[in-house]
Amino acid sequence: MSTEQPEQPTTAGDGFQPRIVVFACNWCSYAGADLAGVSRLQYPATTRVIRVMCSGRVTVGFLLEAFRLGADGVLVTGCHPGDCHYITGNQNAVATVDRTVQLLQLLGIEAERLRLEWISAAEGARFARIMTEFTDQIQGLGPSPLGDTHRQAGTRPQPAAEETKQSGARAA
Amino acid sequence: MSDEPRIGVFLCHCGSNIAGHLDVGAVAEHAQHLPGVVFVQENMYTCSDSGLSEIKAAIIDQRLDRVVVAACTPRTHEPLFRETCRETGLNPYLFEFVNVRDQCSWVHMREPDLATEKAKDLVSMGVAKARLLQPLEEQEVPVEPSALVVGGGMIGMTAALNLARRGFEVKLVERESSLGGLLLKLDKLYPTQDDGLPLVQQRIDEVENEPRIEVFTDSVLHTVKGFVGNYEVVVRHEEERQSSFIVGTIIVATGARVLEPTGLYGYDGKRVITQLELEERLRKNTVDADRVVMIQCVGARSAERPYCSRICCTTAIKNALEIKHHRPEAEVYILYRDTETQGTRYEAYYTQAREAGIQFIRYNPEDPPEVTKQQRVVVYDELLGAKLGIPHDLVVLSTPLIAHEDSHELAQLLKVPIDEHGFFLEAHVKLRPLDFATDGVYVAGTARWPAHLEETITQAYGAAARAATVLSKDHVTSSGVVAQVNEALCRGCGRCVDVCEFGAPSLTETRPGMSVARVNPVMCKGCGACASVCPTGAMTAMHFTDQQVTAMVRAALAVEADTERAQ
Repeated sequence: MSTEQPEQPTTAGDGFQPRIVVFACNWCSYAGADLAGVSRLQYPATTRVIRVMCSGRVTVGFLLEAFRLGADGVLVTGCHPGDCHYITGNQNAVATVDRTVQLLQLLGIEAERLRLEWISAAEGARFARIMTEFTDQIQGLGPSPLGDTHRQAGTRPQPAAEETKQSGARAA
Repeated sequence: MSDEPRIGVFLCHCGSNIAGHLDVGAVAEHAQHLPGVVFVQENMYTCSDSGLSEIKAAIIDQRLDRVVVAACTPRTHEPLFRETCRETGLNPYLFEFVNVRDQCSWVHMREPDLATEKAKDLVSMGVAKARLLQPLEEQEVPVEPSALVVGGGMIGMTAALNLARRGFEVKLVERESSLGGLLLKLDKLYPTQDDGLPLVQQRIDEVENEPRIEVFTDSVLHTVKGFVGNYEVVVRHEEERQSSFIVGTIIVATGARVLEPTGLYGYDGKRVITQLELEERLRKNTVDADRVVMIQCVGARSAERPYCSRICCTTAIKNALEIKHHRPEAEVYILYRDTETQGTRYEAYYTQAREAGIQFIRYNPEDPPEVTKQQRVVVYDELLGAKLGIPHDLVVLSTPLIAHEDSHELAQLLKVPIDEHGFFLEAHVKLRPLDFATDGVYVAGTARWPAHLEETITQAYGAAARAATVLSKDHVTSSGVVAQVNEALCRGCGRCVDVCEFGAPSLTETRPGMSVARVNPVMCKGCGACASVCPTGAMTAMHFTDQQVTAMVRAALAVEADTERAQ
């Protein structure tokens, strides 16, 4: 295991807390995220990981939906080139991210808010470092322009209306 | 099943691993109010017998039709919770895992408030997906009761023999022209000082006389396709000849090689040699040196190669003892950084070396020894606090075991991971130390990490036993996570066929001029690439559908928690 240590988390202050959606492939990057945990490598609590079997499962639609709903940044993570569990799925991810970047530019969203990274199952330290670096980068950019639009217009999606339901038991 | 699902959420404390770093009670309170959730429970250990019993009881008593567990990682514990659901009659694919330990409590230990907020979001995302989960069917596929063992050294041969004696056919592939591996080059074995050659020769004879083992020397793996129980393997021999066969499981036992210390300490292969080269001279009884200096950790525990190779301290002691055995008057010095001789036997072995008069001198890597042209090794003795100039006839460098240069190519062929040093990486260091994450593929020996022979032989037996758990079954079940086609939406463009690396979808003519895609669920590996390229939405990646993933995106970004969020 590498002795590389990520920097201190940067979200502890009063600053802007970015909301970052991370797509992680089951075989490499999700395992790398687990290794970061087992190694107790600390990184900012700004990321929300969505596990997919392959980075090639990520679509332009998923990425645009995240930005439409106000994500300040989106990371797609997968196996290194040549290491894809599904042989070429990560090549599809490259094409998807490239296409989405072009669309983001048309929409006036900085391309830097979307990033593709290769993180292997052995690279816990790399996972932690990329989460930290990307958080720093998004903090530098500030909140997503779409996030602001939604906030001002009050049109950000609301959670589904409260529904009547049986009260669940809860053991202490 | 009614339209509105009944979701139960189980929140694991994992002792203090989760509950010590975030407020599980607050997450439980949050979960109570999520759409579809009818039951929330905290457990000290959800994976314990009592935790699993509570899940089963709640499925029955609360009529749950979805289960969400917020705990560790699906990579180790999803099969357990799926099985728990199955035992109560709930389809195992109506289970969703939320990782609040490895990816939350353990990585935000200094930010409990932010970790709690993140855990709430992660549970929201899991519940949002759980609402949309669909029951899936698994396919039973027959198991080919045979194994492929890659690597014909001591470990590969041991694993192959073990499987053959259980009654399974084994294909043993070795790239060199003979079986035996690195052990053929060794003199004695520690800590008993037995000869290595008879041991390995006996194992070679056993393999060659075992009718269930087919040996391919001068051969390498060319292609591997398929899945657990049914791997289609092509092996390439000399002169481009090929053999192909089907096996149920694969064991990787390709071993490691010894670092050649080019450019270090005046290494020349003559007066300055490696331990491996010394082994050869010892075997031929051609060591004629009266003053031997061994230098430890050469090319190891450095910035470039930070790991400890584990075997070098005991190897140096073994060879030093051999020199003293043949030439009791010889002076032998071992220049070390830390001597690692753990356990009852090896600590006694170290004591034996001291009693035999072998000198141990500690050096500092900041001020390493120097081999001078005046045939001296100059070293600052850390414990004596003085610089010594040791005259020598022979310098022996203890260099680490390193991964084979082409381990990356084998890893790509088998779709298994290697670490940054090129060693194969197991599925889990403690829970699944001999498995890869890919079902039916196992690892043993120094391909995984440098280790003593007694340890690697143990691994060989372990990997064979792991392979036998699959081979002894008639069938394995293939995952229900596959692609499905809505033929009404499919216009037969074939993009799914083009993108699939596994030949799972194919076009079928339903009437003249009209084709639709159909997926063979056994061949489908569930990556979802076909669903991502389908222009009409006819193809669905089950368990990772557009609706399910989008629901998770929405839950991750919902404003609900914003007002509570630490700003």
